[in-house]
Amino acid sequence: MNKNIILYAAILIFGLAAPFIFPAFKVQLSILCVLIVLATTWNIQGGEMGYNTFGNILFYGLGMYLCASVQVGMFFPLAEWTESGGEKTFVHTPAQFFQGMAVGLVVAAVIPTVVAGLIGYAILGLRGHYFAICTLGLGVAAGEISGGIEIIGAGQGFTTPPFPNVGGLEARGEFFYFLSFGALVLTFLAVRAIYSTRFKLILNAIRDNEDKAEAMGIETMKYKIIGWMVSAFFCGLAGGIMGGLVGYIDSTDVAFDGREMGVFMVLMAILGGKGTLWGPVIGATVFHVFKEGFWTFFLGWQYVALGVLIVVIVIYFPEGIMGWLREKYPERFGEVVDEADRKAQVELK
Amino acid sequence: MDFMVFQYPMITIQACLDGILLGVLFALIAYGMALQWGVMNIINIAQGDLVILGGYIAYFMYLYGIHPAWGVIVSPFIMYFVGVGIYKLVINKVVDRDLFISILATFGISILFMQLMNFAFGADVVLANSGYGTTFLFDSNVVLPNSKIFSAFVSIVFAICLVIYMKKSKLGRAIRATAQNARAAKILGVDTEKVYAATFGINAALCGVAGALISITFTIHPYMGLPYTIRSFMIVIVAGLGNLPGVAMSGMGLGVFEEFADYLLGTEFRIGSVFLLLVLILVYRRFKLSRKREYLK
Repeated sequence: MNKNIILYAAILIFGLAAPFIFPAFKVQLSILCVLIVLATTWNIQGGEMGYNTFGNILFYGLGMYLCASVQVGMFFPLAEWTESGGEKTFVHTPAQFFQGMAVGLVVAAVIPTVVAGLIGYAILGLRGHYFAICTLGLGVAAGEISGGIEIIGAGQGFTTPPFPNVGGLEARGEFFYFLSFGALVLTFLAVRAIYSTRFKLILNAIRDNEDKAEAMGIETMKYKIIGWMVSAFFCGLAGGIMGGLVGYIDSTDVAFDGREMGVFMVLMAILGGKGTLWGPVIGATVFHVFKEGFWTFFLGWQYVALGVLIVVIVIYFPEGIMGWLREKYPERFGEVVDEADRKAQVELK
Repeated sequence: MDFMVFQYPMITIQACLDGILLGVLFALIAYGMALQWGVMNIINIAQGDLVILGGYIAYFMYLYGIHPAWGVIVSPFIMYFVGVGIYKLVINKVVDRDLFISILATFGISILFMQLMNFAFGADVVLANSGYGTTFLFDSNVVLPNSKIFSAFVSIVFAICLVIYMKKSKLGRAIRATAQNARAAKILGVDTEKVYAATFGINAALCGVAGALISITFTIHPYMGLPYTIRSFMIVIVAGLGNLPGVAMSGMGLGVFEEFADYLLGTEFRIGSVFLLLVLILVYRRFKLSRKREYLK
């Protein structure tokens, strides 16, 4: 336990100091924080609950649009803003920007949670691949439909309010970094707190055998919906931050980007090892470093590399990094290993 | 928002005919999906991308001066080997595993294909002009391109050929036996590995035919694959596995639905409405089954 506190403190200090140690990578670090949030929340469904969703992108995109719309709509007419392409006609004062952002993030987190609660009863009744395909359809449908709505920019996109002129580019980077890092810390602590309660055991029971869990008297539907609402809350928050960070929202390429973010979150969680607390964090970090490091080499070929990466990870590495570590050092995961048993295993191989 | 569709019966007839001709094509793709789903228990997200690839083969024949209708013959041949290649490289490693693994792996293949096609053929929307002209019905109030009629006819011919092949030939019997019980088929001397490869190849060939027809009648674009996957998935879950008349009927129903969605909501919501329909169908089935305390699985 003592060791853990030192570890957490070290990570926290590193996280707070990171933008000053690596000033050139502030945006990348902020994106990393958002990716970790997404992978961690996906893991609640895909890893702990056994419901492989492609639909968490719905909450992410919803949060993105809501945050930007609230930020604009609080002070200026939204329709005119999107029509004029944003910043040219209306300018946020610093106070307006930060007020708008604060209210926008709250709305961006709360509304997706409500949406998840409302559609949860219908969608979470599906199981296995039906659930996966249904949520895939949900994400794509949201993207297509939001691409046809005029007030949020339709096909031409939505420019989020530009950062006010206080401290220039440096301040912008630091603001968004600390915002996303704060979201990450919040998510991690919340998920960690959840995982130490009975709730996680219920989710695992649902994953292992839902019918038996129900037979044991657990109201599985209630817990599935609560799990999805937790995911939606943090996905929406991450989306709101990402919208401000990117500065431009497009319905299918940024917000409801099932082909990128939607797959990334699944991939990161699987790469790190689903069903563990640290797996998604490690997976997202490795994935992001790989992506940013190699994307420039693959210029133009990044989707080809992504496709190959998905196939390779899924086929050859489905247990992820944490799964591999667990197999290698079972003692460190609190599993008691009998020496004779292990020898027998080796001999069998 | 065009409500003319209810005031003028001719528009209704037009939409229905368009939808039915389109739906026959969907049914052909869905039949391939039902085949591999039933035999190998795999949901292939790359189905639509195989369709588009087949379409590009026909389009290239058109570019080199060959009539694109010959693509209906050439494209399935090439696509058969593409399908067998995909099977040997990826699918044979996911056949016996969790369904989600196969969904994710084929999703990867889908992204790969999408991007490779984007490099190879460019991101333009293309169409192979067949030069078949149009048919006018009801005092030229209803306009039907002959290419659509041709494509529906060819799809039906291919579907009938395939059904006969599955009933009569040795491989067809082996495929059906494997679908019923893979282990028993293995014991009785069926090389299931070969059957799986052939099934995937036949599915890809069907996609090739459908793609060639789509490149003649509609347009193709590297990123248009996923809607075809979703449509065929939807048709299969409505009709059920191994129910060919059901597949044909629900394919046509989907085609008509799409044409009406196009008229009523506008073209920009067409794809969105297809995906939304999928969600609604699944949710409807879920509520219907939950009354009996069952669930879709």
